[in-house]
Amino acid sequence: MHTELNAETLNLNLKHKIKKDTGEDIMLCYQCGKCTAGCPLNDEMDISPNQLLRMLQTEIPDLEEKVLKSSTIWLCLSCETCFSRCPKEVDLPKIMDYLRSESMRQNSVNKKASDIVAFHRSFLSTVKSVGRLYEIGLIAGYKARTFHLLQDVNVAPTMLLNGKLKIKPPLIKNRSEIAKIFDRIKELEEKEK
Amino acid sequence: MSRIGVFVCHCGENIGATVDCAEVAKMAKDFPGVAFSIDYKYMCSDPGQTLIKEAIKEHNLTGVVVAACSPRMHEPTFRKVAAEAGLNPYLCEMANLREHCSWVHYKDKSTTLKAAELVRMLVEKVKLNTPLYPIKVPVTKTALVIGGGIAGIQTALDIANSGHKVIMVEKSPSIGGHMSQLSETFPTLDCSQCILTPRMVEVAQHPNITLYTYAELESLDGFIGNFKATIKLKAKSVDHSVCNGCGECSAKCPIKKIPDEFNAGLGTRPAIYVPFPQAVPNKPVIDRDNCTYFRKNGKCGLCEKICPTKAIDFSQKDEFITVDVGAVVVTTGFDIKGTDFFPEYGYGKYKDIITGLQFERLASASGPTLGEIRRPSDGKIPQNIVFISCAGSRDPAKGIDYCSKICCMYLAKHAMLYKHKVHSGKASVFYMDIRAGGKTYEEFVRRAIEEDEVNYVRGRVSRIYEKDGKLIVKGVDTLLNSYPVEIEADMVVLGTAGIANPESESLAQKLHISYDQYHFFAEAHPKLRPVETNTAGIMLAGACQFPKDIPDSVSQASGAASKVSALFSQNELTRDPLIAFVNKNTCVGCFMCQSVCPYLAIEKEKIKAKDGSVIREVAKINPGLCQGCGTCVALCRSKSIDINGYSHKQVYAEVMSLFNERSLEYV
Repeated sequence: MHTELNAETLNLNLKHKIKKDTGEDIMLCYQCGKCTAGCPLNDEMDISPNQLLRMLQTEIPDLEEKVLKSSTIWLCLSCETCFSRCPKEVDLPKIMDYLRSESMRQNSVNKKASDIVAFHRSFLSTVKSVGRLYEIGLIAGYKARTFHLLQDVNVAPTMLLNGKLKIKPPLIKNRSEIAKIFDRIKELEEKEK
Repeated sequence: MSRIGVFVCHCGENIGATVDCAEVAKMAKDFPGVAFSIDYKYMCSDPGQTLIKEAIKEHNLTGVVVAACSPRMHEPTFRKVAAEAGLNPYLCEMANLREHCSWVHYKDKSTTLKAAELVRMLVEKVKLNTPLYPIKVPVTKTALVIGGGIAGIQTALDIANSGHKVIMVEKSPSIGGHMSQLSETFPTLDCSQCILTPRMVEVAQHPNITLYTYAELESLDGFIGNFKATIKLKAKSVDHSVCNGCGECSAKCPIKKIPDEFNAGLGTRPAIYVPFPQAVPNKPVIDRDNCTYFRKNGKCGLCEKICPTKAIDFSQKDEFITVDVGAVVVTTGFDIKGTDFFPEYGYGKYKDIITGLQFERLASASGPTLGEIRRPSDGKIPQNIVFISCAGSRDPAKGIDYCSKICCMYLAKHAMLYKHKVHSGKASVFYMDIRAGGKTYEEFVRRAIEEDEVNYVRGRVSRIYEKDGKLIVKGVDTLLNSYPVEIEADMVVLGTAGIANPESESLAQKLHISYDQYHFFAEAHPKLRPVETNTAGIMLAGACQFPKDIPDSVSQASGAASKVSALFSQNELTRDPLIAFVNKNTCVGCFMCQSVCPYLAIEKEKIKAKDGSVIREVAKINPGLCQGCGTCVALCRSKSIDINGYSHKQVYAEVMSLFNERSLEYV
């Protein structure tokens, strides 16, 4: 019997939320560990990918909280090595993506992940204003958010000389349309809260 | 003058890589009595066999030694070759160069020398071999099937359908066995009774099958093709030829509180009873241990008074009948450990901790709760249920090292049935490994986990105790770095270990078959002869050999039946003549041999004078029974017993041949 997906059960556990929002079934995982064995970032993660799935399977609130507070979900590169090898075809990157937004929603972002979050924010804000990637804008935004002012500055002159960093933002046509997309997403997120 | 041929086989690399086979053949040429010797890559191959045949004819050989693998492997092959070349097959012997030499030593000169010595021993033996001729015995084409569970039913039907007579003996009042107690069966979830009961009826109605229920095997004598079985027909106290099975007696019987075996103790039954409504035969018996008439000297007798057909017969006595059978199939099934076996799970004191078999009865539509899952203590529907696999199994500390094989599957089925019946309930299964090998078995277990959302926790439950009316089940999730798991359960089901029947040891002794350390009956070979026992003519099927599920039991049953049919397809059996014989002149009649013979093959023979008076008694060996084990030979004080093909002289010659000029080199 499938547990009814009503508001009550949704509040209860992450497993069913993931099922509803991403279509991914955590229960498919049978803990073979192939995802973790192939994960290039596993050594850096505080919870290995297969353990993360097992924790979600149990529906134990303490463990779900640990998952949302883990560094794992932020370190995941979405390289999809795990997904392409998973015998049960569990889309772990998709689940990781979901967990990242859930973690932000619940203000449970891992402290070590603040730089990563800053990078994501900078990236998106340049895309929003420029319409595509603008390196200098991205770097400036990242440094302003993290105060890592001197990080990697020594490579800047060479990159500038070789034309890898464009001073002028590569603006696209109809940038307002891009901004509209961002606004629309924000609107949807507000509604969900 | 002996003319022995020696044929050295390389067995590919098996012998050839370690032993210099050409050198062995060369050395063998010089052994006294050897007329011909040669080596060849594969002696058992067609060209190899031709080589032997031609050499026998060409060199007029009087004996053959094939130095190759174990005689267990190829002795019949090479003896056949000898026979085809016109030599008596028992003049062909094998020297085991593979298992006894090449496989256990490094490549070295001494390995080759040892191989040569092994050949020398066999050459000395063969010189003393005498032609022997197979023994012929007749076959009684009736089979005895002991046990009326699904394995017995399948065996009986298969044999009966191939046109042979079958006698089935079942100790309880109805056939059907454990399968009749099951609710639904994995992996298809079809109703157990629905698929079983038509077969039970078929057994009862088959013209080739004679069914004796409430009966037990008393003794078995004889040998393959010619067994004599004595069957004890326990007094039913009801004349089944008159009884019409109306059930009036069971309804009126004043004794009603006897724990019901069929419901695994969860229900009660009267003293005069039919085990279950679909029983075959559907006629009652009186349980004399619990009947007031028998316990209090004739008081009560109510059933006798109300029986409309006057079928009750308190004066019935146990009856013994003797039947001639040619083969026996043992299908006596298994038992399970009770909940009282587990101190850590409350020693059986908690009513709501039950066994898998009891859960089957709860889930069965014909069970005490009519298929509703209600716990035994207060009849409430459990909202949180825990299943524990490996309860007793894979537990050397409890004396059960093996995996009981069926629990993983039936617990998945139980959890599934529970979720189907109690939608809001929560089911958890504690397991160590999920062993779901079998067609669509893995898919079945995954279905329980993925679709029915059964909570599988990897870990063994350490303890269960009661607290505020709940059973606290303590374990850890070993997949989560041993995260502690504590479940407040309403009911716990233990997948307790499958064990041998308590009577299996005494039955094995009656049948003269062997059993393993756990009292399961032993097969002749774990891989290649899984349905036969070491006693010729006695086969095994079903869970009496080891716990197994229904598909496996049925396949083995059909296997055993085909073995029996193959046996019955012959009018006469031929047996190896390698058996013991007694020298009447020297036998002193102490009969030590008789007391040790495991096959009861030794009889007393009276030697009479001309006037008919008995002079003395000597031992005589029944060639049909003797298996040539040699126990009597070793024990005979006057050295009056010898074995064909393994005489004292032959063995002595083998040993003495080792004391030759070369043996000094080893010292």
